[in-house]
Amino acid sequence: MAEYAVELRNVWKRFPGPGGEVVTAVKNVSLKIADGEFFALLGPSGCGKTTSLRMIAGFELPTEGEVLIHGRPMGRTPPFQRPVNTVFQSYALFPHMTIGENVAFGLQMKKVDKQEMQRRVGEALEMVRLAGYERRKPKQLSGGQQQRIALARALVNRPEVLLLDEPLGALDLKLRKEMQLELKKLQREVGITFVFVTHDQEEALTMSDRIAVMEGGVALQVGDANDIYEHPNCRFVADFIGDTNFLEGVVGALEPGKARVDAAGGVSLWAHTPQPVTPGQKVTVTIRPEKMHIRPTATDVNQLSGHVTDIVYIGTDTHYGVILNGGQTIRVREQNYSAESRLLAREGESVSVRFAIEAARVLTE
Amino acid sequence: MIQSFRENRRLQGFLLILPTLLVMLVMLVIPLTLTVITSFGQRDADGNVIYTFTLENYWRLLGFTETGWDDLYLGILLRSLWLAVQTTVIVILMAYPLAYFIARAPEKRRNFLLFLVLIPLWTNFIIRIYAWVMILRGQGVLNSALGGVAGLLSIPFTPFDFYPSQGAVLVGMVYEFLPFMILPIYTSLEKIEPNLYEAAADLYANAFHTFWRVTAPLSMPGVVAGTILTFVPVIGTFVVSDILGGRQVILVGNLVQRQFLDARNPPFGSAASIILLLMTLTLTLYYTRRFGLGEEIAAG
Repeated sequence: MAEYAVELRNVWKRFPGPGGEVVTAVKNVSLKIADGEFFALLGPSGCGKTTSLRMIAGFELPTEGEVLIHGRPMGRTPPFQRPVNTVFQSYALFPHMTIGENVAFGLQMKKVDKQEMQRRVGEALEMVRLAGYERRKPKQLSGGQQQRIALARALVNRPEVLLLDEPLGALDLKLRKEMQLELKKLQREVGITFVFVTHDQEEALTMSDRIAVMEGGVALQVGDANDIYEHPNCRFVADFIGDTNFLEGVVGALEPGKARVDAAGGVSLWAHTPQPVTPGQKVTVTIRPEKMHIRPTATDVNQLSGHVTDIVYIGTDTHYGVILNGGQTIRVREQNYSAESRLLAREGESVSVRFAIEAARVLTE
Repeated sequence: MIQSFRENRRLQGFLLILPTLLVMLVMLVIPLTLTVITSFGQRDADGNVIYTFTLENYWRLLGFTETGWDDLYLGILLRSLWLAVQTTVIVILMAYPLAYFIARAPEKRRNFLLFLVLIPLWTNFIIRIYAWVMILRGQGVLNSALGGVAGLLSIPFTPFDFYPSQGAVLVGMVYEFLPFMILPIYTSLEKIEPNLYEAAADLYANAFHTFWRVTAPLSMPGVVAGTILTFVPVIGTFVVSDILGGRQVILVGNLVQRQFLDARNPPFGSAASIILLLMTLTLTLYYTRRFGLGEEIAAG
């Protein structure tokens, strides 16, 4: 078996648009998804994540490039001949069939013998904790239960890859959180590669081994949760994953691995440079709010002066809105270690915002 | 206790159905009761109805007459039934693919295609049926066209007797009821979530299996509705058979009409219409029991 469960090689997808123009949904995407991995395609709606998933499933064919499943090029193979199964956003359970018939459908089509079929359907329902629901109709089940049936109906076939298209999108928040953990646990148990489409960054961070962040048909960055949060490679990724502050400026002095960036109004800071930059280059610096401090610290090199515009107390943290002397607004998040933490500054008060060089990251795109 | 009108849901409901209730009572319940009563009556020499209680009319319809066994009327009943079955089956076979085609067409084009299906209904029904006379008769359009082709190929050609015949009646019926089958089937096909086809394909079903396991069962409500809309009017028709069958094709509808208007025998005509009604009701009930009224299937 090949090293990768799914591989996309320079895949493009173009559609005819409503006005006759060509819409490019996926632009030159290359991905390698390892066997047994929980992989998320993350991005806002229209970013090409669902189209990419549908090309793995075979519902769409790439205009250019190739989709491989365990090293086998899929070419024009129709969905019913691919070793993958899909959990649809709307579940797509067959309304005229019972739960048992729904779950058995794939096995029937594969002509699995009756006894084994019954055994596997039973096991699949047990796995999603809905044993004994065989005779009910989908309409008689709640949304969460239908979701689990959709999962059972796909997993019962023991696919090489399970594709999930926003499978938790229709559930309410509490149930969604439960299902996130449950899905992750299930994936570890069955050991099947999961490829998961979501627009919810928190969901992607919670569940996935690795994430591909997509925007405008392009896979901007692929990495694990920590990688993508801590080392975003572009402004979009930094912005889409978690909260962050951006400061626009020009590269001044350079030192190995770091640069001085001069922003408007005399605001100047030192930041880490993952990509090479040249003096005079226009760049953006991203700094996560929790990596900046208003309380005095000993080691932080950067100190930016400003005054507090608003304070939001949310229990675990206090958020300070600060307008810098250059006119830029930033948000600082202080964790509330003790009950007095919220008294670090008052509205209108002049403060110094401090942070380490490593906390600030220069982005060139 | 006096309830205000706003709170009295029952009174509100009653008022809402009142107009329909009155129409049904005056136009359906009373005439039907009169028909039942008349069907047990007799006719005197002058053609007046004598109200008694006799089953004679029914016996005569089923073939038992004073002079012995006569299957004339039973034959008419069976012919009507057979024609209705043939029409319905042919209409289903023609309408289903068309409805499927329309349902899978791009959304914008669907309304236009449905509009095309409905265009013939803008013309008067009688005119449309007479158009078929023009097409099918000895010197008609079809024979002329066939004659022309035969002439080109130098084959001797004698015009076919398409009209009047039972076949012509069948053609007219199929033509007339096609839209009434297309529309309900289209509606139920259009309601099927496209994801279900994808789910079937995803679960290893090819086009054939997807159709028989998913599309066909989910479109049954439309087929059932279309069947009732076709079968019931066809079995009782008399206009189409009159025009396209000449006087050769006599159906229950023609029998009833002639007993009332020509033979001046309302009791016998009433009995024939009651038999027709019972036949239609029995078959419709059996059919809907067997295949469901549709909603049960779709709603699970």
